[in-house]
Amino acid sequence: MKAAVLVFPGINRERDMARTLRLVSGTAPAMVWHAETELPKGTDLVVVPGGFSYGDYLRCGAIAARSPIMTAVHDFAERGGLVLGVCNGFQILCEAGLLPGVLMRNSQLKFICRDVYLRVERSDTPFTRGYNAGQVIKVPVAHGEGNYIADGETVARLEGDGRVIFRYSSPDGMIDPNWNHNGAMNAIAGILNARGNVLGMMPHPENHVEASIGSTDGRGLFAGLVDHLAKAA
Amino acid sequence: MLRNDTPITPELVAEHGLKADEYDRIVKLIGRAPSLTELGIFSAMWNEHCSYKSSKVHLRGLPTKAPWVIQGPGENAGVIDIGDGLACVFKMESHNHPSYIEPYQGAATGVGGILRDVFTMGARPIACLNALSFGAPEHPKTRHLVAGVVAGIGGYGNSFGVPTVAGSVRFHSRYDGNCLVNAMAVGIARTDQIFYAAASGVGMPIVYLGSKTGRDGIHGATMASAEFGANAEEKRPTVQVGDPFSEKLLLEACLEIMAKGCVIAIQDMGAAGLTSSATEMGAKGELGVTLDLDKVPCREEGMTAYEMMLSESQERMLMVLKPEKEKEAEAIFRKWGLDFAVVGETTPSKRFIVKHRGEVMADLPITELGSEAPEYKRPFVTGIKLAEVDAANVTPPHATPEALELLLATPDLCSKRWVWEQYDHVIGGNTVQRPGGDAAVVRVEEGPKALALTTDVTPRYCEADPFEGGKQAVAECWRNLTAVGARPLAITDNLNFGNPEKPDIMGQFVGCVRGIAEACKALDFPVVSGNVSLYNETHGRAILPTPSIGGVGLLDNFEQSASIAFKHEGEAILVVGETTGWLGQSMYLRELCAREEGAPPPVDLTEERENGEFVRSLILDGTASAVHDVSDGGLLVAIAEMAMASHIGAALDAAPDDTPAHAFWFGEDQARYVVTVPAAKVDAVLERGRAASVPVWRLGVTGGKALSVAGERPLAVAGLRGTFEAWLPAYMAGEVTNA
Repeated sequence: MKAAVLVFPGINRERDMARTLRLVSGTAPAMVWHAETELPKGTDLVVVPGGFSYGDYLRCGAIAARSPIMTAVHDFAERGGLVLGVCNGFQILCEAGLLPGVLMRNSQLKFICRDVYLRVERSDTPFTRGYNAGQVIKVPVAHGEGNYIADGETVARLEGDGRVIFRYSSPDGMIDPNWNHNGAMNAIAGILNARGNVLGMMPHPENHVEASIGSTDGRGLFAGLVDHLAKAA
Repeated sequence: MLRNDTPITPELVAEHGLKADEYDRIVKLIGRAPSLTELGIFSAMWNEHCSYKSSKVHLRGLPTKAPWVIQGPGENAGVIDIGDGLACVFKMESHNHPSYIEPYQGAATGVGGILRDVFTMGARPIACLNALSFGAPEHPKTRHLVAGVVAGIGGYGNSFGVPTVAGSVRFHSRYDGNCLVNAMAVGIARTDQIFYAAASGVGMPIVYLGSKTGRDGIHGATMASAEFGANAEEKRPTVQVGDPFSEKLLLEACLEIMAKGCVIAIQDMGAAGLTSSATEMGAKGELGVTLDLDKVPCREEGMTAYEMMLSESQERMLMVLKPEKEKEAEAIFRKWGLDFAVVGETTPSKRFIVKHRGEVMADLPITELGSEAPEYKRPFVTGIKLAEVDAANVTPPHATPEALELLLATPDLCSKRWVWEQYDHVIGGNTVQRPGGDAAVVRVEEGPKALALTTDVTPRYCEADPFEGGKQAVAECWRNLTAVGARPLAITDNLNFGNPEKPDIMGQFVGCVRGIAEACKALDFPVVSGNVSLYNETHGRAILPTPSIGGVGLLDNFEQSASIAFKHEGEAILVVGETTGWLGQSMYLRELCAREEGAPPPVDLTEERENGEFVRSLILDGTASAVHDVSDGGLLVAIAEMAMASHIGAALDAAPDDTPAHAFWFGEDQARYVVTVPAAKVDAVLERGRAASVPVWRLGVTGGKALSVAGERPLAVAGLRGTFEAWLPAYMAGEVTNA
């Protein structure tokens, strides 16, 4: 795996992400500054980490989405390269037009940090091959604006194409408004683009990769990616 | 705007918070009347907040040294050695006055200020904590203040990217007119990469870094050194506005230029902004400083020297750089999009000279500005000792199960989940123990070491007996660190009191500080940093004396830390420490009997130490499976919290015959822990207790889905949890009015 983690001013989970990639893949990722215009040669995974790029001023992710490096990310995605956006990264990918929809204020209008349960909808993607379809994983969320919304047509297409990859659920995998902490439509926690190579998700799998620090439920995502990229190489 | 040569009238002096005799002292010191800018500088340096003029003489009694202390009080933050070439840098500071006036920005900039204190010393912040005190729930401002303060703390820390891992929240009518927001930050640095404020070398460039200077926060420190009257809201312009985004950039830029070896001295611009940072760098380095205000990056046109010197705009730093590294440092700051300007230089003169538009606006002796600040031995009276409450004279208003249910739904004992879920407490990937336990545990870098962190104080004990209350605050902090298995190392103290010019308030201060000193000495638990916040009064009514104690402990291996949750069914529940049934000043007496009475529980520091060391040994050798300190609410509340954290119930024996049941279960005797151990190990643990002269009693056994006391109605753990979790969200949603 040759991962590149993008660093925008105000991003703050890039170190968490870099450590997780190193723990799971054995290789430290390249840290790529927003003002760069090219990704490092041989990059096979771009990660847009969480945080508050540009202080979340204007709109979450709006300024970062227009950074010089994002042109390279567009090209990379168009060539079929894998892109993972987590939390602010998901917001940035939506603002950049790489994913549809938008993340609104949480329905309770408060920032929420807690462990949530996610039902993994598919295991046949490069991002989820480390899980079984229907499996429930426990990972933390930490966001004030994670309430996924898109127009009816877009959501119908996402659902029809099976592009909703993670949903907020109860511990036994039931979709229930009581377990949807931010009010996202259809309990959407993570989606894929049409081609299947760009994933955006609000929760933080990178913070649950060690048994003594939360749980190891997030590990499957990264282990799956390592596996996928090893086989593709 | 007043001119710099404005005649200084007694009214102007009073508006600057200076007393007539203090002004005379200024005139005597400089041999002439000060200019307006100079008066502003003196008001900034000689107010209570910056000069510690009422408290200094008493603070000298605190123990500040230990072999592991690298830097005690007097710098931006305290520094302790945690081994492996690493240091822990930490401090707690109040932002009470601004938070009452404008809760979101007041609390946010409190967090920003304390984070800056920590990374100024070269440390990357790894955790934040806080201690919050609000007025009675039914007071019309309380809900607004809670919502704003919590959102402000979260808004700043979450964006900056530091986990907020622990804290405390209390309510009492004595905070109706003055809420307390005490924020603590903890960072990690390399012991050979710690940075200080003292400038060195003559002719060195003084560099201004960070955000631009605006007109916000002028007189903030002076405002924080006075009581509130009817016009507190009018002071809103003295509150600064925080920008966590800029602070995050400032952090990364500062750590980068420190790593590149560019920095000689560094000081953040906190209270009293440019004035206190520049004079501190000069005075500590025994050098003069000349500032050219034309070079200061300003947010607004036409700012005067007076305004620039007193602005408390946030996210700013002052540094002395190595001249040969100036270009390199500037490039790093430009990369992060931050202002960088050479605004002055060090001089051999020991004068503090401020120039603006070619004119000298201030010319003052730099050392005396700090060292000659007034110091008061204010008169104080010690309150009379209150009588002990005899449990036999307290008629229990409820049966034990009902009493427990009621206590768990009180504002002070209920779950604070509504608060800490608004704080990102997992960022960093090192949070081993999250909020809700005795102390947070945060792994240090890749481990295996970890820090245990907590904030504690019991203001009602301090009110009833300042000396015992001061001792208790330190002892409880030490106990909470011990309860997770850590070796307590040092504290930061944030001393919040009323008006020190009143002898009874001064008596509270003196008593609490003496109590803190006594406990710190007995427990080898030095004070390495701190802050004093006085004048927390409105209309002459003072807060409860609230000396918040922030503690840091060390675990050699984070995997060994103990938590409060029961782990298995069928384990023995033990209490370590003596239970006499002390009801005086207990939550039970206050909440269920409406009596805020009696002497608080005394703290025997020898017992405290022996019991704590015994419990720590049970944790570190793997004998104890769950541990919880016994504090507010007493034994049964502690056991209920252990059950609720695990969904495992407990069957408890009846209270012993010689203690009334309500006093046994809800009394607040100190130096106690509830510990669970596997059934097979009980006899050995009891024997170890006897050998160490530590009282250990068996209370019952874990298991089932209910918490029951023999002979009483069992309580479903799920139901207790519902009760425990319900109050705060309901209150904040406006569903609880009578509270």
